[in-house]
Amino acid sequence: MSVEARERRQPWILLSPALGAVALLLLLPLVFIVVYSFWLRSAVGPDTVGFHLDNWQRALTDPFYRYILLNTLKIAAITTVLCAVLGYPAAYFVARSRGNKVILLLLLMLPFWISYIIRTMSWINILGSSGALNTALMTLGITSEPIRMLYNEASVILGLVHFLLPFMVLNVFVSLDGIDTSLEDAANSLGATRWQAFTQVTLPLSLPGLAAGGLLCFVLAAGSYVTPVVLGGPRDAMFANLVYEAIITQLNWPMGSALSLLLLFVLGGLVALYNRFLGLSQLTRGLG
Amino acid sequence: MGWNLIRVYAVLVYLFMFLPVAVVVLLSFNASQFGAFPMAGFSMRWFVALWENDAVMRAFRTSLLLGLLCAIISTTLGVLASLALVRYRIPGRNLLTTVLIAPILVPEVVMAVALLLFLNFIGIGRSFPMLLAGHVIFTLPFVILVVQARLVGIRRDVEEAALSLGASPRQTFFAVTLPLLMPAVAAGALFAFTISFDNITGTLFWKPGGVETVPTQIFAMLRHSISPEINALGTVMIVLTVGLPLLGAALARRLAMKSGV
Repeated sequence: MSVEARERRQPWILLSPALGAVALLLLLPLVFIVVYSFWLRSAVGPDTVGFHLDNWQRALTDPFYRYILLNTLKIAAITTVLCAVLGYPAAYFVARSRGNKVILLLLLMLPFWISYIIRTMSWINILGSSGALNTALMTLGITSEPIRMLYNEASVILGLVHFLLPFMVLNVFVSLDGIDTSLEDAANSLGATRWQAFTQVTLPLSLPGLAAGGLLCFVLAAGSYVTPVVLGGPRDAMFANLVYEAIITQLNWPMGSALSLLLLFVLGGLVALYNRFLGLSQLTRGLG
Repeated sequence: MGWNLIRVYAVLVYLFMFLPVAVVVLLSFNASQFGAFPMAGFSMRWFVALWENDAVMRAFRTSLLLGLLCAIISTTLGVLASLALVRYRIPGRNLLTTVLIAPILVPEVVMAVALLLFLNFIGIGRSFPMLLAGHVIFTLPFVILVVQARLVGIRRDVEEAALSLGASPRQTFFAVTLPLLMPAVAAGALFAFTISFDNITGTLFWKPGGVETVPTQIFAMLRHSISPEINALGTVMIVLTVGLPLLGAALARRLAMKSGV
């Protein structure tokens, strides 16, 4: 074999184990559940192979499923907005700080290393009936009995915001850090107030980071399974809980396949939309 | 004035991030029976209880084994793929990269369901191998992203020098390339281990009945109620996943300074 041919084959030899793993453990399984979603569950014995639309019909028309799907999207949207409101100023502070940026950044990254389940359950210590908040309120004599703050939609959203905020802060920070600060100075010297300079120069330039952080928060929130179980009540199930219920509890795998794919299509459509939107915004930026 | 407002706001956001975690650590040293406020003095009894809790220790061993195997496999696959992506001009590079990081783009639940049903169909039920396969595919994109970022910084002319001085490609790889790669390999392995150690959603779908990892063990214990034992376990996890990487980074920096790279 010539040296050139070997040189050409080399990268494919290096890539093949990883590509093989992704193909075998992700892509093929995804194709498989598309097929599986058209099968039917049998009361006894193996599932019925065939092309049946029953699961899809139920996934798309069942009012309970629709309610959970819409509620999941609503919770994800609220979470994303809260992450943006909390995260943007914090990221701005780190990006423009004259203090020790390395320490501030390290603190920013630290939550990524703290276990998700620990961060989620930590709120039980804060909001529980004998948690920090209730103990403080009762010690101060503001209430005589513990207030029920846990196991509702608000505590689920709180847990999700706490989990996802670092993703938002990091994305916004990266885009803010890449903006030349002399642009703001230029705006100031041309007579803009600091607020005007921010809203008309800095904010628009940092929108890609905000959008990227927002997309991550939304997709991760909408797909969350553990947070609603730990911090929510029985009525706060989200879509991933439905999927788990169908697959693990009811063992209705064809239905579970259809439900998972529905979630994938909704969130995947959003990612595609974002892709297109970002392309457009970058185009206008290039023109401006 | 505006800047001070932002500063106060940012401090509050940081407090929001870290106070609940600090409370976990604080309560794990609580001497009181029920592990809630008010604190009743300092005690290590919950850490002793953890040590004597067979289920927890079993979960730790499972998580460690899973994390180590996952780190080895995922890092091997990831380093090889990153080498190909960074070192060679290959047609369709962007598409290849997208395929390789696809596991991040697909919601975890969907990936978990697809893998479970597919492996089950070809005869592999919920088991340790399924768990390992899931963790490898879940961590692979992160390894590739981290390793790629490190690889870009390694200069090729050192290898070319070795080759021109008469070293064989194999000798060059083991004597020159691999030592230069080590920081990237270590970073990838650490990442894979930590992500595997922390994974819970996929694990709940893939694990066989009766087998628990540390996160699923905590999840199961939470079904009853929060207890000081869970807080102690949380503290151990925080020390392991935050303390070890920091230690690793400090060590790597010291080694790098010594070797003068």
